[in-house]
Amino acid sequence: MDHHLLSIITFMPSFAALILAVFLRGEDAAAGRNAKWLALITTTVTFLISLFILFDFDPSNTGFQFVDEAQWLMGLQYRLGVDGISILFVMLTTFMMPLVIAASWNVETRVKEYMIAFLLLETLMLGVFMALDLVLFYLFFEAGLIPMFLIIGIWGGANRIYASFKFFLYTFLGSVLMLVAMVMMYADAGTTCIGGCEVSLLTHTFASDTFSIAGITVVGGLQTMMFLAFFASFAVKMPMWPVHTWLPDAHVQAPTAGSVVLAAILLKMGGYGFLRFSVPMFPVGSDVLAPLVLWMSAIAIVYTSLVALVQQDMKKLIAYSSVAHMGFVTMGIFTFNQQGLDGAIFQMISHGFISAALFLCVGVIYDRMHTREIDAYGGLVNRMPAYALVFMFFTMANVGLPGTSGFVGEFLTIMGTFQVNTWVAAVAASGVIFSAGYALWLYRRVVMGDLIKESLRTITDMSGRERWIFAPLVVMTLLLGVYPALVLDIIGPSVAALVDSYDTALEAAGAAVQTASE
Amino acid sequence: MISADLNVILPEILLALFAILALLGAVYTNKDAAAGVMVWATAIVMALLAIWIGMTSGGTTRIAFNGLFIEDSFARFAKVTMLLSAAAVLAMSEAYMKKRGLLRFEYPVLIALSVVGMMMMVSAGDLMTLYMGLELQSLALYVVASLRRDSVKSTEAGLKYFVLGALSSGLLLYGVSLVYGYAGTTQFAGVMSLASEGPTSLGLLFGIVFVVSGLAFKVSAVPFHMWTPDVYEGAPTPVTAFFATAPKVAAMALFARVLHDAFGNAVADWSQIIALLSVLSMFLGAVAAIGQTNIKRLMAYSSIAHMGYALIGLAAGTELGVKSMLVYLAIYVTMNIGTFAFILGMEKDGQPVTDITALNMYSKRAPGKALAMLVLLFSLAGVPPMLGFFAKLGVWQAGVDAGLIWLVVASAVASAIGAYYYLRIVFLMYFGAEGDDRLDEGKSSLLSGVVVAAAVIMVVGIVNLFGVETAAISAAATLVN
Repeated sequence: MDHHLLSIITFMPSFAALILAVFLRGEDAAAGRNAKWLALITTTVTFLISLFILFDFDPSNTGFQFVDEAQWLMGLQYRLGVDGISILFVMLTTFMMPLVIAASWNVETRVKEYMIAFLLLETLMLGVFMALDLVLFYLFFEAGLIPMFLIIGIWGGANRIYASFKFFLYTFLGSVLMLVAMVMMYADAGTTCIGGCEVSLLTHTFASDTFSIAGITVVGGLQTMMFLAFFASFAVKMPMWPVHTWLPDAHVQAPTAGSVVLAAILLKMGGYGFLRFSVPMFPVGSDVLAPLVLWMSAIAIVYTSLVALVQQDMKKLIAYSSVAHMGFVTMGIFTFNQQGLDGAIFQMISHGFISAALFLCVGVIYDRMHTREIDAYGGLVNRMPAYALVFMFFTMANVGLPGTSGFVGEFLTIMGTFQVNTWVAAVAASGVIFSAGYALWLYRRVVMGDLIKESLRTITDMSGRERWIFAPLVVMTLLLGVYPALVLDIIGPSVAALVDSYDTALEAAGAAVQTASE
Repeated sequence: MISADLNVILPEILLALFAILALLGAVYTNKDAAAGVMVWATAIVMALLAIWIGMTSGGTTRIAFNGLFIEDSFARFAKVTMLLSAAAVLAMSEAYMKKRGLLRFEYPVLIALSVVGMMMMVSAGDLMTLYMGLELQSLALYVVASLRRDSVKSTEAGLKYFVLGALSSGLLLYGVSLVYGYAGTTQFAGVMSLASEGPTSLGLLFGIVFVVSGLAFKVSAVPFHMWTPDVYEGAPTPVTAFFATAPKVAAMALFARVLHDAFGNAVADWSQIIALLSVLSMFLGAVAAIGQTNIKRLMAYSSIAHMGYALIGLAAGTELGVKSMLVYLAIYVTMNIGTFAFILGMEKDGQPVTDITALNMYSKRAPGKALAMLVLLFSLAGVPPMLGFFAKLGVWQAGVDAGLIWLVVASAVASAIGAYYYLRIVFLMYFGAEGDDRLDEGKSSLLSGVVVAAAVIMVVGIVNLFGVETAAISAAATLVN
C-alpha cells in the first residue's frame, strides 16, 4: 500500500498546532474560540481518517500494515505501521482526543497554548503506538512528557509545580535506562527496525545465556538485564506498584482534560511497551521475571484498592483505582497465554473509556463547585438526575459489572492468570471486591442521600455539551461489554502469533540450555 | 615549495593579516568610534572564510611545512564550526557591548587572533604547532575575559583564567617535553610510529597523561574545571558566550587530533583516562548546577557536563566515536549560541540581569521567545525530539560500540539529574508566580531572531541534521586510520 495515511493522521494535529502558533493572534475570547474549534475539527477529522484505516485493516494478517517508511539520520529509519496489537490503541487515541477537546471548552486562560499542547500530545501519542523504529519510538515516548509537563504545570491545580516535576523526573529517569538498553539492542542486533524489515528486532534472538556479574548470577543473561531496563521505564509509565506514586499527584493537579488523556491514553503506553518490546523481544527475560511481575500486580490490585478506600479527594480515588486496573493489565500480559493477553489489551481499551468518563464525571461537578473533596458533596441525585445516571453507569463499569466492558477485561485476565498461578488469580479476584467497595462508597457519598449541603442547592444538571461528551463513551462501554468480539477479533490473530513466537523462543532457549548442560 | 605551503594556510594568513591591518589602521583613526564597524567586519570576514573553507572539495588532505600543519576534512569541519560560531557571537555582542561602553576596538581583533590560534590548533601536525596555536588562542582570551577593566569580577576572571591557564600550559609543555624525550620527535607521525612498536613505554605514558591534563583544562573537564564558573560569571556576557562555543570546539578537536594522530596506537592507555574525565564532568556538571541561580554560572556547569558527554565519543577511541563527538560539538555550539542570545537579551532598566528568578512568568510577556528558549533548554537536557537528544544518542552509540557500557549508563543517569536544572528555568518561565520583578521588553530583533533560529534548528534539524552528519563522517574517517 502506497498511501501515507499513518503519517497523515500522526502529523495532522501538529500541523494544526503550528497553524495556531503562527497565525492565531490575540488573547481575547474570539481567538480562544477559534483555537477551540480548530482543535476540535482537526481531532475529529483525524478520527474519521483513522476509522478508514480501521475498516481497511486486515486482522488475519499478523504483520505490520500501512507501513510508511523513509531513510533518516544516523542510520535510523522513519517507519510507521500498525498491527493487531497497536491499531486499537491508535483508534483509542483518535477517538478520545475530540472528546478531550470538547471537555476543555470551559478553559479560559491561555487557550491557544492549551490547544497547541494537546494537539502536539496527540501527534506524540499516535507516534508511540505506530513507530516501527526503536529510536523513533523513544522519541515519541519521551517527547510526550514535555506537553504533559506543561499541561499539568500551567493549567493544573494548587500544588501543580510539585506534581509536574515529580511526573517529569520519575518518567524521565525510567526512560533513560530504557534508552541505554535500546542502544545495547542496536549494538547487538545491528538494526533499530522493530518489525517487518529484513533484519528486525522482533525476529532477532538476544543472548540469554546465564552469566555472573559482581558475584550475582543473572539467570537469562542479557535478556534479563534488558528486560529490567525496559521494565524500569514501562513500570513507571504503567504505573505499577511501588512506582505508582507520581500518578495520584499528577492526576489530582492536572486539569480535567489532562487527567483524561493521562488515564485514557498515556497509561496505555507502558502496557503497549510490554507487548511490543519486553515480551516478544526478551522472552527468556520475561519468563524469568514473570512471577515477580505477577505478584507485584496482585499486590497492586489489593493495596491500591485499599488505599483508594480512604481517599478524601475524588480524583485521587480514581487515580488509585486506575493503578489497580493497570494491575490487571500487567497480570494478564505476564501470563503469556491467549486469554491473559487478550484480556490485558481489552482491559486497557476498556479502562481508556471508563477512567476517562470517571474523570470527566469529576470534572463536571468540579466545574460547578471547584472542589474535589468527597465530603463537600452529597445527595446530588436530587438536583442532577442525568448526572447521577451517567456516574452510576461508569461506577458500575469500573467495578466490572457484567454487560460493561470492564467485566470482560477483568474476567479474561483472571481466567488467564488462573491457568498460570492460582494464588495470584485468587488475590486479584479478591481485589475486585475491594474495587466494588470503594467505587460504590464513593457513589453513595457523592450522589445519594438528601441534599443537605447549602452550597449544593443551586447546582445544575449536565449541559447539552456535557451529555454529548458522555454519549460516545457510554455507547462504547456498553457495546464492548455486550459484544467483546469487536475488539477480540481484531487483536486475536496478532496475540496468537505473539504467544506462538514466545513459546517457540522459550523452547529454543530451553533446548540451548539443555545442550549446554549435556 | 613555500608557496604551496602558504597556500595551505591561506585562510589563517588572511585572518591574521586582517587582524594586524585592523590594528595598524586603528593607530591612525579614532579607534573606538570604528569599533562597531570593526565587529561586523570581523564577523563577516569569519563567515566568508567559513564558507570558503566549507566549499573546499571534501576528502583532500594537504600537509604543509613538513607535517607541521595538516589541512584535512577533520580540520575543515572544526574550522567551519568555530568560524561560524565566532561570527555569530560577534554579531550578537555588538549592541550589548556598545550599550555598556565595552565596545573597544581591541575586542574584535583579539577574537580574530584567538580564532587564528584555534585554527592552528585543529590543524596541528606537530606538538610545537599545537602549543603555538594553543597559546595564541589562550593569550587573546585572557585579555578579553577582563575586558571590563573597572569591574572586580571581570578582572578576577581574567586573572584566574590566566593563572590557571598558565599552569595548564606548563603541564602540557612538560608532557610535550617528556614525549619528545622518549620519542625523539615532536611530529605526530613520528610519535605514532614509535607507539606502534610494542607496549607503550612508561615515559611516553607519563607524557600522554600530562598532555591530556593540559588539554583537559582547556575543555574544562573535571577535575580541571575550577576556573570555568568564575570566568563565565565574571567575563562580560558576549565573551562568556564566546568561551562556551568556539574555544570548546577547538580544544575538543585538538584533543581528538592529538590522541588519534599522535597516540593512536595507545588507545587502551588513554581511553580510560578520558572515560574518567568524562564521567566526572557529567556528574559534577549535573549536580553542581542544581544550586545555581546565576544563569551564567549555570551555563558554565552545563558546559562542563556537555564536554563530559562529548568526551564519551573520544573515550570510545573509534571512528564512530570521533564522528559522534563532532556532531555533538556542532549541536552543542548551536544550542549555546541560541541560549546566550537569550541571556544577552535579559535586562532590566537597561542593566543586564543574570539571576534566573528574573525570568518569572516570562512566557506571559514574550510567548514566542519563551517557547524558543523552552525548546533550547529541553534540547540541552537531551529530551527528544530536539537535536540535543540526537547528540547524546550518537555518543551513546559510539560508547556501546566500544564496550564502554558502564560509561553510557552513568551518563544516562547524569542526564536525568541534569534535566532538573534546565527544567527549573522552564518552570520559572511558565509556572512562576506573578511578581513585579519584570525584565525589559526585548527590543533587539537580532537577538530574538538568533534565539528563535537556534530553536527552529533544534526541531527541524532532526529531519537530516542539515548534512552535518555526512561531513562529520568524512572528517572522522580522515582522522582515524
